[in-house]
Amino acid sequence: MSTHDHPRPPRTDGWVHSVETGGTADGPGIRYVLFLAGCPLRCQYCHNPDTRHMHDGTRTAAADILGELAGYAAFLTRARGGLTISGGEPLVQPEFCAALFRGAKELGLHTALDTSGFLGGHADEHLLADVDLVLLDVKAFKEATHRTLTGVPLRPTLEFAERLSLMRKPVWLRYVLVPGLTDDLGEIEGLAAFAAGLEVVERVDVLPFHTLGEYKWRELGLPYRLADTEPPSAELVGRVRDRFRAHGLNAV
Amino acid sequence: MDTLLTESVVASLTPAPAPHPWRGFKAGVWQAEVNVRDFLQNTLTPYHGDGAFLAGATGRTRALWDTVTALLRQERAATGGVLDADTETFSSIVSHPPGHIDRDLELIVGLQTDKPLKRAIMPTGGWRMVKTGLEAYGFTPSPKLEDTFPRLRKTHNDGVFDVYTDEMLRCRKSGVITGLPDSYGRGRIIGDYRRLALYGAEFLIADKKAQLRSLELDCLDEETLRLREEISEQIRALGELVAMARSYGFDVTRPAATAREAVQWTYLAYLAAVKEANGAAMSLGRVSSFLDAYIERDLREGRLCEVEAQALIDQFVIKLRLVRFLRTPEYDALFSGDPTWVTECIGGMALDGRTLVTRTSFRMLHTLSTLGPAPEPNLTVLWSERLPEGFKRFCAETSIRTCSVQYENDDLMRPYWGDDYGIACCVSAMRIGKQMQFFGARANLAKTLLYAINGGRDEVSGEQVGPAFAPLTGEVLGYDAVMARFEPMMEWLARVYMNTLNAIHCLHDKYMYERLEMALHDRDVLRTMACGIAGLSVVADSLSAIRHASVRVVRDERGLATDFVIEGEYPAYGNNDARVDGIAVWLVERFMAALRRQKTYRNAVPTQSVLTITSNVVYGKKTGATPDGRKAGEPFAPGANPMHGRDRKGAVASMASVAKLPYAHAQDGISYTFTIVPAGLGPTEGERVANLAGLLDGYFAQGGHHINVNVFDRETLLHAMDHPELYPQLTIRVSGYAVNFIKLTREQQLDVVNRTFHAMH
Repeated sequence: MSTHDHPRPPRTDGWVHSVETGGTADGPGIRYVLFLAGCPLRCQYCHNPDTRHMHDGTRTAAADILGELAGYAAFLTRARGGLTISGGEPLVQPEFCAALFRGAKELGLHTALDTSGFLGGHADEHLLADVDLVLLDVKAFKEATHRTLTGVPLRPTLEFAERLSLMRKPVWLRYVLVPGLTDDLGEIEGLAAFAAGLEVVERVDVLPFHTLGEYKWRELGLPYRLADTEPPSAELVGRVRDRFRAHGLNAV
Repeated sequence: MDTLLTESVVASLTPAPAPHPWRGFKAGVWQAEVNVRDFLQNTLTPYHGDGAFLAGATGRTRALWDTVTALLRQERAATGGVLDADTETFSSIVSHPPGHIDRDLELIVGLQTDKPLKRAIMPTGGWRMVKTGLEAYGFTPSPKLEDTFPRLRKTHNDGVFDVYTDEMLRCRKSGVITGLPDSYGRGRIIGDYRRLALYGAEFLIADKKAQLRSLELDCLDEETLRLREEISEQIRALGELVAMARSYGFDVTRPAATAREAVQWTYLAYLAAVKEANGAAMSLGRVSSFLDAYIERDLREGRLCEVEAQALIDQFVIKLRLVRFLRTPEYDALFSGDPTWVTECIGGMALDGRTLVTRTSFRMLHTLSTLGPAPEPNLTVLWSERLPEGFKRFCAETSIRTCSVQYENDDLMRPYWGDDYGIACCVSAMRIGKQMQFFGARANLAKTLLYAINGGRDEVSGEQVGPAFAPLTGEVLGYDAVMARFEPMMEWLARVYMNTLNAIHCLHDKYMYERLEMALHDRDVLRTMACGIAGLSVVADSLSAIRHASVRVVRDERGLATDFVIEGEYPAYGNNDARVDGIAVWLVERFMAALRRQKTYRNAVPTQSVLTITSNVVYGKKTGATPDGRKAGEPFAPGANPMHGRDRKGAVASMASVAKLPYAHAQDGISYTFTIVPAGLGPTEGERVANLAGLLDGYFAQGGHHINVNVFDRETLLHAMDHPELYPQLTIRVSGYAVNFIKLTREQQLDVVNRTFHAMH
C-alpha cells in the first residue's frame, strides 16, 4: 500500500468498538485494550465479526480516550501493563492510532499494537516510533491458505514483519491453530523458520481455535463455516508449540 | 519428609522441664509490661525470599487430617450438617473434660467439648435459640435448659426483647435492618491470644489485679464500677483458662518456652474464648509472625527442623478448622456455610518500613497445600506495595490454586490502626488488645430508598414502618423530589438503627460478657459501633437511573410503587463513570454523617462497613423491585460490588469504581469480591501469577480496601452444584469470607454463578 502523497490535517477521532480495562491476553501485564471498529479481513474463525464495519463502531475523540486512560495510568504502570490497540484491524485508522499511541507515551505507558499486518503500509515511522511492541497475527504461511482463511493476500503481512525486523521492533507472533485449516505442520515449519529469521520475535502465542464468538455470527446473520470444527487437542497444540521451540523461539 | 525424625522428637505430650522462656529474645519494654507489639518489633525476623524452603506434611499430619476428613464427611451427611451436639452441658471454659481426636497423632491438643465436631450449647445468648437449634438438627435439649433459663438466669436475647421498642420490632420484621446479633453472640472481639504464650497467665493475672487497684478512685461512678466488675470477671476467666489447660497437661501460668508451647498456649487461649462465647466472628488476630519468633529460636537452637515447624502450624490449623457453633436454621440462611471467621492476618509492613512477612507467613499459607483448601482459618494477607516480591508471588500462586485467600490494603490501614492490628470477621480492622467492635450487622439502604418513594410504607407488607412522609405520586420519578425524601429517611433509619444497636450491646454486656476475650485486652479499650449498609450499588444505580434516564413508577392496588420501568440508558456503578460513582461515594459519606450524629452506648465511635457476606441474597428477598431495574426478590450485589453484569468495561474499571469509596467514612471495611476464570489472568502460569499480583498492586494503589479473589471456571461451579460430593473442599470467597461452596444454599450458589465473571474474549 502506498503512503500518502500530500500532508493531511491529523484526524484525532475514530471509530471504536469497545474497551476492556483489565486485559491480560493482549500484551504484557494488565492492559487497557481498545478494540477499534473496521477490518478488511474476513477470517473464517473471527471471534469479533461485529467489528468488520468501521461505521458500526462509536465515533470517539482521541482526547476522550486519553482522558480516561490517564485515570488508569497509575494502575496500569503498577500492574506492569499499558495500552493495546486491537480490533478489528487498527491500521484501518492509522492517524487515530498514532494520536492514541502518542498520548499514551506522554502518559508514560507501555504501548502495543495488535494487527494482522495486512495494512502494515499504513503504519508510518511516526506511528511505529510510539509503539513498544507489535502483536502480529499471522493467520497462515501459504498464500492459498491465507486467502481461503482471510480473503486477503499474505504478502503484505510478511513485508511488514520484515520491516519490523529491520527496525528491531519487538514482536509477539500470534498464530490461531484451527484443525483442518491451519494445522499443516509443513506450513507451520515454514512460519517458524521465518519468525526465527526475523530475530525480533520475543514470543509466539499458539492460540487454540475456540467457538466463543459463534453466537455473534448468528446474531449478524452471517454464515459460520467452522461450526463442525473442534478445538485442537492439547497434544496437537503441544506439537505445534514444539515446532516453534525447535527454532529457538519462546512458544506458549 | 523425615517422619521418623518428627516422631521421635515430639513423642510425648508432657514437655521436659522448660528452659528460660525469654532466652535469646531481645530485651525491651515488653518485659516489664504487657506490650506484644514491642516484643514483635524487637524479635522480628523479616523474610524476603520465596517459598522454596517450605516442607510438606508429615505422615503424622496427613494421618490426622485423613481422620478429620472422614469426620467432616460424616458431618456433611448429618442432618443440617451437625454431627453431634452436647444437649446436657452448658458450655464454659471448664465445662468439659479434655477431648482428643487421636492422642498418638496430635501435636497440638484441645477441643471445644469432649469430642471433635461435637457442638456445645451456650444458652446465655438466647435459650430459645439453643432449643430451636438442637431440635432442628435432631437433638433433644436437656430439661435442665428450661429449668435454668430464663427463670434462674436471664439471657441476652430475653433482655434485648424486653427493651426493644415497637418501632425497632417493625424494622426488624420488615428487613430494613436485619442480621442483628440479638439472638446470637455478637463476636467482633479479638482477644490478644499471643499474650498467654508470651507472658503466661500468672503475669497476666497480676497485671489485671494491678488494673483493678488502679480503679480504687475517690469517686466510683457507674462506669468505673462496671469496669471493676468486668476486670474481676476477666481475672476469674484467666483462672479457668489455667484450669482448662491443666486438664490437658499444661501449666500455662508460666510463659511458653518453645515453639510447640507457643503454638499450644496461643491455641489454648483461643480455645477458651470459643468455649465461652459463640460470637458470629471469632477471629484469631495476627499470630503468624508472632509464632515465627519462637520457631526461629527453636531452629537456631536445633530444637526444631523445617518439617517439624510446618507440622506445628499444620496441626494448629487443623484445630482451627474444627471450631463449630450450634446455630439455628434462620442464622444459617443469613450466614451460610458454617462460618466462624477465624481470621488470621498475614504479612503487612511495620511502621519503621521493615516488612512483617516472616517464614511463618509462608508456613501459614502453605497449610492450604499441606491440608488442602478450606475457608477457615480465614487467611487474610495484609498487602502493601512494598511487600517482598517473593511473598507477593507466593500469595498470587496460592490464590490461583486454592481460592482461599483474601487481601486487604495495609498501606491504607496503617495510618489508621498502626502495625499491630487484626481483622475481625472479614474486613473490620482494630488494634489487637486495645479495641473491640460492637457488631451491628447492616441496614438495608435499598429498602430505605423505597420507603422514601412510598411514604414510609413497606413495599412488601404494606405496613407503615418508616415515618409517614408524603409518598411520591407522579408517574416519573424526579431526582430532586426523591432526594428530598431519601435524605430524611436515611436520618430516620440512622436513628432507629443506632438505638437498636445500643439496646443490643447494653444487654449483651450485661448477660453475655466475653470475659476471657476481654481479659486479653488492656484495661481501657476503644469501642466502635460497627454499623453497616447493604444494597449500595442498587441505590447508586437507582439514583443514577432516576437522574440520567426516565424511571416510570408502577403502582399496585395498595398504591405502593412495586415496579419500575426505565426508559433510556443510565451510567451504572462499576464502569469508572464519575456520574454514578460520585453518587455511591456520596451515599457512604451521607449515611456515615447521619450515624455520627447519634448517641452511642458506652460512647462507642460510630463506624460503618459496606459488607453483606452471603446475606445479600436474604436482603434481596425481602426487598421489592428497585428503580435501577432490579426485580423484586432478586439478590443485591455483595458488599461494595457493582450489580451483577452491570460492570461492562472490565476488571480494572470495576475496581476503579469500588476504590473510590472513602475508607475514612467506612472504617469498618469495604468488601469487594472479584471472580475470574484462570484464562482471564493470562495464558501461562507465570503470567497469571504476575498479573494477579499486578491487579492487587493496582487496585490497592487506587485506594481499594479489600478484595476476595476467586479464580476458577463457571463450569466448575455449575458442576459443584450438581455434584457436591466431588467438591468437599471447593472453597470460594464470598463478600468477606471463604466458604465451602457446597455448604451454601442453592439460592446462594446460583447467585455466585451469576456474578460477574471477567472472562476474556
